[in-house]
Amino acid sequence: MIIAERKPMEEIKQFIAPYKKVLVAGCGTCVTVCWAGGEKEVAVLASQLRLARSAEGSEISVLEATVERQCEREMVAEIKDKVAEVEAVISLACGSGVQTMAEMFEDKPVLPAVNTTFIGMPEKEGLWVEMCGACGDCFLDRTGGICPIVRCAKGLLNGPCGGTRRGGKCEIDPEKDCAWVLIYRRLEKQGRLDVMRKYYAPKNYRAVKRPGKVQASKA
Amino acid sequence: MAKPFREILKTKDFIVTAEVGPVKGSSVSKAIEHIELLKDKVDGLNVTDNQSSVMRYPSLGVCLLIKEHGGEPVFQVTCRDRNRLAIQADLLFAYSRGINNVLCLTGDSIDVGDHKEAKQVFDLDSVQLIHLVHTMNSGKDMAGNELDGGIDFCIGTTATPSADPLEPQLIKVEKKLKAGVSFIQTQAVYELDELKRFTELVRNMDGKVKILAGIVPVIGAKMAAYMNENVPGIFIPQHLIDELAQAPKGTGVSKGIEIAARMIKQIKEEKICDGVHIMFIGREERVPEILEAAGLP
Repeated sequence: MIIAERKPMEEIKQFIAPYKKVLVAGCGTCVTVCWAGGEKEVAVLASQLRLARSAEGSEISVLEATVERQCEREMVAEIKDKVAEVEAVISLACGSGVQTMAEMFEDKPVLPAVNTTFIGMPEKEGLWVEMCGACGDCFLDRTGGICPIVRCAKGLLNGPCGGTRRGGKCEIDPEKDCAWVLIYRRLEKQGRLDVMRKYYAPKNYRAVKRPGKVQASKA
Repeated sequence: MAKPFREILKTKDFIVTAEVGPVKGSSVSKAIEHIELLKDKVDGLNVTDNQSSVMRYPSLGVCLLIKEHGGEPVFQVTCRDRNRLAIQADLLFAYSRGINNVLCLTGDSIDVGDHKEAKQVFDLDSVQLIHLVHTMNSGKDMAGNELDGGIDFCIGTTATPSADPLEPQLIKVEKKLKAGVSFIQTQAVYELDELKRFTELVRNMDGKVKILAGIVPVIGAKMAAYMNENVPGIFIPQHLIDELAQAPKGTGVSKGIEIAARMIKQIKEEKICDGVHIMFIGREERVPEILEAAGLP
């Protein structure tokens, strides 16, 4: 799923400074699961904004709404009446949600209240880790199902760098396992180290022409 | 004129190279002093490429200075700051100016340097970089286009003998050897048993490759602890830290030189490696003292 983090309050306060009536819009899918932009987080941000502005002596009216998926036009259309009432929308969705909203309500500023960080998975309660870089040229069959493109700090394709710390930890973070040591151990367990010994040519970094676009073929 | 490094690799019993670290700025007078001082005392002068991800005068620039002053440069190329177009262009330029040796490295992460917010490149990795140089040596660019005037580089690379675990590192070394390198310059080593084990393993894979042991003199216990913590791939054992700690105040540098010379002597006498690469960054002017103490001509 897509992982995001709430932006610092100061940054949000700064970009809503010109407005007296705003809508805080959440998304019920990925950002709900990673505690960044679901219904609960919408309520929290809305009260924080009301309190902050009231302390500054410049009252603000904050509406709240959460749609199931902010990246789908039909779902975003459900809140068009609320959007019509406000001067600006503060979106707690990922970058795709923010842009869907901005495209649908072109006359309104749609402002992001989260930083979209990566595609990841929950490792334990409240901790998400990046697993996929959406490179469009999946390499996982050659690496024991561990992605070196994002999980190796340098995205190397032919084995570890020379900076690995003792115990197989990453050069940039003593807490993080070296992805290539993990790959080595996984392939060794499967008796497939020959896969790691092969040479892999430079990656096609244009496998997905950015901005990406995928047309599904009809079944 | 200095002898071509590829000839030295074939003919010399014990090869000695040293590193020239580019300055932070455009003032090259110090680099020229170091080049003049060292060019006839060592077989090659190796120039770092934004070492430790700290922005500096370019490797290519200092390599040109070495060439102009009659030394034999080894052009270090990392994959961190340039994509495949920029690397190929730099190789063409280097070769056209008489720089014929290249050291292919991954490069440290941006996170350890002084421009932590920069976008790191790593379009290629070090194994792919070695393949790239061979492709260009054969007269074509990476996209398969003919080159109007090719290149012919002597190719080297690096390895970390003290990596833990060692096996994944060895697989990488094996790939580099298969890609084709004439020499390996190791990360700084302090445990000669580890180095011996490593060179035996490498020699079993490729009997011809020359291995130069990386020598970085440590000039104090504090520096050693700092390096263990902050320099990727470096592990200084406790007994050396203790030896440094016992050195009288103010004698750190000479103690560091003494330890480095002792290691070089042992490497040479026991034929552990084919030579050494001395990296005394910021104190290049004291490299001759190491050579002398190690009994190198």
